Amino acid sequence: MTTLTKSGPDKLPAIGSAARVLAEKLSPKALGEAARNLLLPLIGMTVFLIFWQLMAPQVDTSLGEFPGPTDVWEQAGQLWQEHQSEQARADKFVTMQEERNARILADNPDAEVRIRDYPGAPTFFTQIGTSLLTVLSGFALASIIAIPMGIMIGLNRYFAAAVNPLIQIFKPVSPLAWLPLVTMVVSATYVSDDPMFEKAFITSMITVTLCSLWPTLINTSVGVAAVDPDLLNVSKVLRLSFWTHTRRVVLPSAVPMIFTGLRVSLGIAWMVLIAAEMLAQNPGLGKFVWDEFQNGSSESLSRIMVAVLAIGFIGFVLDRIMLLIQKKVAWNE
Amino acid sequence: MSKSHLELTGVQMAFDTPEGPFIALDDINLKIRKGEFVSLIGHSGCGKSTVLNIVAGLLQATRGGCVLDGHEVNTPGPERAVVFQNHALMPWLTVYENVQLAVQQVFRKAMSRRERREWIMHNLALVNMEHAANKRPGEISGGMAQRVGIARALAMKPSVLLMDEPFGALDALTRAHLQDALMEIQQDLNSTVIMITHDVDEAVLLSDRIIMMTNGPAANIGEELTIDLPRPRNRVTLADNPDYVHCRQAVLSFLYEKQTFPGKNKAEPAPSTTTTETGAGGTGSNATATDHSPETEKPGPEKQRAIA
Repeated sequence: MTTLTKSGPDKLPAIGSAARVLAEKLSPKALGEAARNLLLPLIGMTVFLIFWQLMAPQVDTSLGEFPGPTDVWEQAGQLWQEHQSEQARADKFVTMQEERNARILADNPDAEVRIRDYPGAPTFFTQIGTSLLTVLSGFALASIIAIPMGIMIGLNRYFAAAVNPLIQIFKPVSPLAWLPLVTMVVSATYVSDDPMFEKAFITSMITVTLCSLWPTLINTSVGVAAVDPDLLNVSKVLRLSFWTHTRRVVLPSAVPMIFTGLRVSLGIAWMVLIAAEMLAQNPGLGKFVWDEFQNGSSESLSRIMVAVLAIGFIGFVLDRIMLLIQKKVAWNE
Repeated sequence: MSKSHLELTGVQMAFDTPEGPFIALDDINLKIRKGEFVSLIGHSGCGKSTVLNIVAGLLQATRGGCVLDGHEVNTPGPERAVVFQNHALMPWLTVYENVQLAVQQVFRKAMSRRERREWIMHNLALVNMEHAANKRPGEISGGMAQRVGIARALAMKPSVLLMDEPFGALDALTRAHLQDALMEIQQDLNSTVIMITHDVDEAVLLSDRIIMMTNGPAANIGEELTIDLPRPRNRVTLADNPDYVHCRQAVLSFLYEKQTFPGKNKAEPAPSTTTTETGAGGTGSNATATDHSPETEKPGPEKQRAIA
């Protein structure tokens, strides 16, 4: 679709061009396209929702009927309200402390005062925040390891031959298999009286890293190894140093492949995270699902379904964000 | 004739294959003067590119060697700039940045930032590409990209410019334009050029000397033809110039009568011509020939070496 900025050097005066754009947008062809782009997904979703609403009551569980879309919608509202009221209580808790601290300081300016965190249970929305923080930390750690490693593997085929069997063996390992080992190692090594992060956070993050490392690693190494031989010859003729060669020729050339790897990695990281949080009891979405499952109230299934939809939606948004970054950074987009 | 600028002596190139070494080139001897425009012509697979890559330093001759201005060539370097068939521009850099990468590398110390900038624009102007300085290679046509490839090579101030079928991937009109541009630039700068080509007209029009190579394996220099046509040359007026026609005919006769296509086996005896015979021409046979097995032929001397 043509926009104002893209209309080229032979731009008409602004008004004429705006009118032209409007005319283009209202032309039957453009309207048909817009309908296709908007209407068909809407139809798909509506059919799905009707099907879900009709089929859900047919499934009976020990916790009642399987929730339909209306139950889930209701619970989503419920979760939002719980979040609001918790938030209000937390604010009150902090203000109370601040007032008390102010009184203490007025009496004795040298007194040591501190504000304690609100001790209430995390709500669904703070759990989403925790999950996002965990997955992004794990993904960042994975990228920091995988991209340089991938470059080394791609540049040196002896190194590649040496580590290839290791990659092939560790790549398919499920997060559930890593988790007990990671938990034990973190418990044994991460010992501190005033830990900056919770152990459950570290455990989940490392598990995410271990599982999401591979696509970035493999794609980076393939991208680096597949630089156009002509460009390598240019680099040789120019006598570029190893560092300049890597930075100005190899890396940019591999950027599209690296981003493909990063996108797959982030998708895997998000999937792995939920399982890791369930087992590690990291206070994120995984723990929410697990707690609701253990809770077993009549609302539990609806609440879990809210989480399922939230997980799917966030995964989609994360992928879109990566795509946007890729379009900004990669030269072939 | 002045002292030779670039000299290839007894160059042999063997590639290791599972069936033993494959001799691609054997005993190539070539002297090139400063400012001379030399074309290498021959059928596909005759090792023209191998010769160029040895001069560029991208390949190491297994025997013999290449000397440029008294220094042996061992590694690639900007004084032997290469123009590749498919422009070989970095697709993520703009036209300006592509030339800049070369200029920065070669003249980092010799030029100030401003001088470098002017030098880059000067070279883009030489090939009429200043207007596209901020475009990426993907946004310009193949002919324009090839111009930039030439500008990048010229910007290195090479003592010899190596061109590997520089116009092979272009359409006929674009090719003619670029040939004229190259002729002009070469005359202005008096650069030494070695160009590989498949195109007989291109070779005759541009060159001072045409080196005709025999078919591989163990390819060699079959004939050399000096083109004494006055410069500047105009393709239209030359078309019915008897000297031009004669030169063209000599090259065509070498390619299609004495050498024939690799795979065809009808090598005719080389008739004596006015051109100088520097190598054993006339063995137009090829090991991949279908109608004759290699044993039934009389292999030339270089062929025997190849089998041994």
